[in-house]
Amino acid sequence: MNGGQDLGGVQGFGPVVQEPGEPLFHAEWEKGAFSLTLALGFLGRWNIDMSRFYRENRSPAEYYTSSYYTLWFKALEKLVVDRGLVTEEERRTGKPAGACDTSLTPPGPQRARELLALGTSAAVNETIPPKFSVGQRVRVKNLHPAGHTRMPRYCRGRTGTVEIDHGVYVFPDTHAMGEGKRPQHCYNVRFTAGELWGRPGPDTVRIDLWDDYLEPA
Amino acid sequence: MGHDHDHGHDHGHDHGHDAQDAISFRVRALEKLMVDKGLVDPATLDAVVETYEHRVGPRNGAQVVARAWTDPEYRAWLMKDATSAIASLGYTGRQGEHMIAVENSPAVHNMVVCTLCSCYPWSVLGLPPTWYKSAPYRSRAVSDPRGVLSEFGVSLDEKVEVRIWDSTAELRYLVIPEQPAGTEGWDAERLAALVTRDSMIGVAKVSAPA
Repeated sequence: MNGGQDLGGVQGFGPVVQEPGEPLFHAEWEKGAFSLTLALGFLGRWNIDMSRFYRENRSPAEYYTSSYYTLWFKALEKLVVDRGLVTEEERRTGKPAGACDTSLTPPGPQRARELLALGTSAAVNETIPPKFSVGQRVRVKNLHPAGHTRMPRYCRGRTGTVEIDHGVYVFPDTHAMGEGKRPQHCYNVRFTAGELWGRPGPDTVRIDLWDDYLEPA
Repeated sequence: MGHDHDHGHDHGHDHGHDAQDAISFRVRALEKLMVDKGLVDPATLDAVVETYEHRVGPRNGAQVVARAWTDPEYRAWLMKDATSAIASLGYTGRQGEHMIAVENSPAVHNMVVCTLCSCYPWSVLGLPPTWYKSAPYRSRAVSDPRGVLSEFGVSLDEKVEVRIWDSTAELRYLVIPEQPAGTEGWDAERLAALVTRDSMIGVAKVSAPA
């Protein structure tokens, strides 16, 4: 979606501000929002692409005026209902209505540490031929999906060169919307600053892009 | 009525005590509901926070960089297969599943951003600082990288290629900064102490102690 999250090249936000002391969390509730998001994620009812879409799928005005962990938490409140962990009534009242879902076993602390150390691979172990090859010139398609996408709009319609073929990965646009993994090659594509920003000089931007975003140039 | 106050800066907080109280209440309410439903073990929440407060952070990445500086074979492996080379030092897991190391040189300066959210190599750098997740950094790192770098006190010759990596997929990028002059022959432990988080994001250089 052409949403508030798609920040590359947006102007007017001012200088980068570094915080004194750089606290990892600014309040207890931020720890709660962070740890609850990861802990409930372990139950497997949604994937990382859905989480990202739930954070970004709101008006840009709200996106820009909500803090980082506020967005995480707002997304989580909606995910737990939409993905069937609790009912809206339960979420609203804070009171469990029915019996616990015994099919879900939340990991204890030791298992959680193991899961964090394992991570979740987005690579797909399938042989799928790449549509493009390293060194090839490619153009980013003129796509405006209303759902989730990982194509930043600042590269839309721009031409670059395939630098790396990362291999076969989950396609976030469908994965986020519950429409399957649609595995395909993901590439790192090199764009010059001249192509993206009309600025001469040696600078480049490297963007990871999937087969479905690209066409031959 | 709330008594909103001006912190005099913008670092992504919701300002105002009413807003803080409201979200704090909502987080506690959801946490209690999930515990009551048997969907979360409270000890797991503590373990998750503890992992990123105390176990996983930029010291991991500094070990990788120092090893690369002192061991040419390791460096070659890191540049070819960063995921395996980094895993061999024990740094694996969430937001570090697929790693790529990019090295600075006199001709190239690498810098990492996630314009679409806040993707960051947790396994080697821990959780990102607030500025990395902020709109000013995410908007300008790609379009005005030299301006951003100057705000971090870094000025580069116009011939140097500033190479920005926008982390749009599940690949996570770790910058291998240049080893500072005057530290040749130092052991990895001594070098690791010089390597800053910012240098591994690409908004700083590593300097030798004065």
